[in-house]
Amino acid sequence: MPAPIRLRELIRTIRTARTQAEEREMIQKECAAIRSSFREEDNTYRCRNVAKLLYMHMLGYPAHFGQLECLKLIASQKFTDKRIGYLGAMLLLDERQDVHLLMTNCIKNDLNHSTQFVQGLALCTLGCMGSSEMCRDLAGEVEKLLKTSNSYLRKKAALCAVHVIRKVPELMEMFLPATKNLLNEKNHGVLHTSVVLLTEMCERSPDMLAHFRKLVPQLVRILKNLIMSGYSPEHDVSGISDPFLQVRILRLLRILGRNDDDSSEAMNDILAQVATNTETSKNVGNAILYETVLTIMDIKSESGLRVLAINILGRFLLNNDKNIRYVALTSLLKTVQTDHNAVQRHRSTIVDCLKDLDVSIKRYAPSKRWHIDTIMRVLTTAGSYVRDDAVPNLIQLITNSVEMHAYTVQRLYKAILGDYSQQPLVQVAAWCIGEYGDLLVSGQCEEEEPIQVTEDEVLDILESVLISNMSTSVTRGYALTAIMKLSTRFTCTVNRIKKVVSIYGSSIDVELQQRAVEYNALFKKYDHMRSALLERMPVMEKVTTNGPTEIVQTNGETEPAPLETKPPPSGPQPTSQANDLLDLLGGNDITPVIPTAPTSKPSSAGGELLDLLGDINLTGAPAAAPAPASVPQISQPPFLLDGLSSQPLFNDIAAGIPSITAYSKNGLKIEFTFERSNTNPSVTVITIQASNSTELDMTDFVFQAAVPKTFQLQLLSPSSSIVPAFNTGTITQVIKVLNPQKQQLRMRIKLTYNHKGSAMQDLAEVNNFPPQSWQ
Amino acid sequence: MIKFFLMVNKQGQTRLSKYYEHVDINKRTLLETEVIKSCLSRSNEQCSFIEYKDFKLIYRQYAALFIVVGVNDTENEMAIYEFIHNFVEVLDEYFSRVEPIDELPKICSALEPQQACFSPDSSFKGAASTTPIY
Repeated sequence: MPAPIRLRELIRTIRTARTQAEEREMIQKECAAIRSSFREEDNTYRCRNVAKLLYMHMLGYPAHFGQLECLKLIASQKFTDKRIGYLGAMLLLDERQDVHLLMTNCIKNDLNHSTQFVQGLALCTLGCMGSSEMCRDLAGEVEKLLKTSNSYLRKKAALCAVHVIRKVPELMEMFLPATKNLLNEKNHGVLHTSVVLLTEMCERSPDMLAHFRKLVPQLVRILKNLIMSGYSPEHDVSGISDPFLQVRILRLLRILGRNDDDSSEAMNDILAQVATNTETSKNVGNAILYETVLTIMDIKSESGLRVLAINILGRFLLNNDKNIRYVALTSLLKTVQTDHNAVQRHRSTIVDCLKDLDVSIKRYAPSKRWHIDTIMRVLTTAGSYVRDDAVPNLIQLITNSVEMHAYTVQRLYKAILGDYSQQPLVQVAAWCIGEYGDLLVSGQCEEEEPIQVTEDEVLDILESVLISNMSTSVTRGYALTAIMKLSTRFTCTVNRIKKVVSIYGSSIDVELQQRAVEYNALFKKYDHMRSALLERMPVMEKVTTNGPTEIVQTNGETEPAPLETKPPPSGPQPTSQANDLLDLLGGNDITPVIPTAPTSKPSSAGGELLDLLGDINLTGAPAAAPAPASVPQISQPPFLLDGLSSQPLFNDIAAGIPSITAYSKNGLKIEFTFERSNTNPSVTVITIQASNSTELDMTDFVFQAAVPKTFQLQLLSPSSSIVPAFNTGTITQVIKVLNPQKQQLRMRIKLTYNHKGSAMQDLAEVNNFPPQSWQ
Repeated sequence: MIKFFLMVNKQGQTRLSKYYEHVDINKRTLLETEVIKSCLSRSNEQCSFIEYKDFKLIYRQYAALFIVVGVNDTENEMAIYEFIHNFVEVLDEYFSRVEPIDELPKICSALEPQQACFSPDSSFKGAASTTPIY
C-alpha cells in the first residue's frame, strides 16, 4: 500500500475543494484510507495518520476511531509519536470516554521520564484532560515536580496543579508546602504560573486566602521590580516589561486585599506607582491601568487612590479607541455604586457614550431592573444632558416591565425627594408617581425595603415640583397631570387635589391653566367619567428609538382598551376636534380657529407623548389636552374621540336647533343637525348624516363643502366612505363653521361617490339653514 | 478564563480551533459560524469586544484571518487583546511568515499548555523547545 499522504498535502487538497460537499468527499476518502491503515497496525505511519485525523477533527468531522491509536502512540518510545499521541489525547479524549483511564499508567511513567520534554508533555496532557481519578493518582508526582529546580518543569507542574485543584479540591493542602518557594523564582514563566496557582487557591478556599496574605509584600516587591527594571528583551511587550505578569499580580493583589485593611494599605503605594508610571500610549499600558483601576476599586483603598482611579477611567472615556471606552464604561458602572461623586465629573462623557452607536457600548442591559437602575443613575447624575427621547423611552420601558412598577416608583420617589432639579428625572418620576401612586402608598415592593409614604407626602412632593422655580413648564405639566391621576388612585386626599387643580386654573402659564381648567371640569361635570379616564396606562407597543411620534400612534391605538365605557362612536373623529372643543369650553386664550400652537412643541415631545392622559380625555370629556400634531396620521383613531359627537357634551349646550335636510336626490339624503355653544357663539357645529335609500351601497363617498368668505370652515373626517343601502346605516361627518360676523349661513356642497358601478358627482347649495344656527 | 481560541478566515472556514472546555463536535461548527458572523458584522470603528451568550468574544483581524478568543467575565479584556497580538508576533517570529497552514500541528502543540489560565509566555517557550525535532 502506498505511503499515506502527509498532513501538508491533505491540507492543501482540502483547501482546493470548492464546495462543502467536495470537501466532505475528500475527507471521507481520506478517513477510509486512515482506517484501513490503522487496521493494518502500521507503526511507521501511525503518527502521520493521527495528525491528519486531528486536523479533520478540528474541521468538525468525527474522529473517534482514532482514540485507541493515540494511546498506542503515547506508549511508543519515539518522541514524535508521543507528541502526536498526547496531542490527540488532549483533543479527542476526555472524561467521558472510558479509554482515557488506560492512559494513566503511561502518564505516570512519562512523568518520571528522563527527558524533560516528555515529562512536560505528560504534565500538559494531565493538566488538560485529567479526570478526577487520574488526578488523585498522579497528584503526588505533580507535587514532586513542583519542587524541582528545572524551571521548565516547574511552570508546567504549577499549571497542572491548578487543574488538579479544580478537579479535586481536597488535594489543595498537598500543594501548600510547595508553594512556599514559588515566588522566589527569577523565571517569569514560573512566576506567572505560580501566581495563577496562588490565585486559584485563594479563590477556592478562604483559609488559603488568609494564609497567603502574608505574601503581599513579596508580590508588591515583584511588581515593583517589573516596573522599575529597565528594558529586558525577553519580557518586553511594546515597551512594558511582561505586562501579562503584571496584570496577573494585580489580580492576585485584588483578591488578597479585598476586605482586608492591612494588605490594602501595603498595596497603596505600588498601586499609585503603577497608575502613574505606566505609559498609556499603547494598548498594553491601558490594559495594565484597567486592571489597576479594578483592583483599586475592589480593595479598601484610600480615597485619594480612588479618585486617581476614577480619573484614569475618565481619561479612558475620552480616548478615541473604542475598546478602551468600552472597558472604561464597564468599570465605571461598577464604581458608580460606591463612588457617586467622583463619577459626576465625567457624566457628560458618559452620556456622550450613550449616544454611541456601538452595540457593545450601548446595549449593556442584562436585565430590566439593571436597565432602569442605570438610566436612573444617568438621569440623576447627568440630568440635563440627557437626550430628549430618553424620557419617553424610559417611561415606555417602565410601563413594559410590569413587575418593576412598585420598585421603580419607589426609587424614583426617593430620588426626587432630595433634589428635583434634574428635569428629565423629575418628569419621569412625576409620571410614574401619577401612574403608580397607589403602589407607592401601599408600600409593597419586593425588590427593596418598602418605604412608608403617605398620600399627603406624595402630594407634597408633587406640589413642590409645581411651585419650584427650577421646574420647566413641561415638568409642571407632568406634575399637574400626575396629581390629577392620583385623584383616582388615592382615597383620602381628593379634596386637596381638587384644590390644587383649581388653583392652577388661573395660572399664567397657558399650558398649566388649560390643563387645570380641564381637570376642574372633569371634577365638576364629568365626575362619573373620571375614574375611567384616569385608569392605568396599558403596556405600550415597543417601538424603535425613532422618536416619540410613533409611540403616540401606537398609544392612540392601545388606548381604547380601558375606555370601553365610552359609547361607541358614530364615527371616529380626528383629535384636532379636541382643540375645537377646547374653545367651546371657553376660559382659554386659544384662538377659536384650529389652534395649532399648542400642538407644536417639538422640544417637549416627550411631554406631548406622555400626555396620554390628555389623549384618553379626548374620548369623552371636554378635558382635552393639546393633541400632538402628528396625530392625523392615525388611520383609524378608534374610540379616541368617541362620544365627542353629539351626545353628552353638547346636549346641555345646544338647545334644540331644528335639523334640516340639506340634500336629497337619487336616493341620497343628507341631513344637518346643529349645535352651538353658549360660551362661543360664533361657532356652529354641524353634523351631517348621509343615508342611502337605494338598493345598492354607495362607495367612496366624499362630502365637500364651501362657505362664503366671511366664514371659516373646518371639515372633519367622516365616519366611513360607504353609505349602506336601504338606509341601514349612515355616514356621519362634522363640520365646524366660524361665523364671527353673524351672517346668514350659506353653504355649497359637492358630493362624489360610486353607485351602481358608475361614478357620481353632484353640486348643491344649502340655503335653508335655520336662523338659530347662525344668529 | 479562556474558553476557546479560534482562527477563522473571512469565508468562515476554521483554520485552527482549540477548546478548553468540552463542547460537542456538532455544536462546535455551529459556534464557530455564529462567532465569525458576529465578528464579520462589526465595522472598523466598533470595539473588539462582543458579548455573546454568556461569555465575551475578543477578536482581532489580521488581513483575511480573524483570531477570536472566548473568555468568561473574570478576564481582563485588554490583556487578552494584547495576548492575541503577542501570539501572532510569536508565530511570525518563529515560523518567519504568518502562514499557519503548514505549521498546524506545531501550533496545536503550542496551544496545549493549559492556556485556559494565562498567557502564552511559558507555553511558547515550552513549545519552542519541543518542536525543533519535527
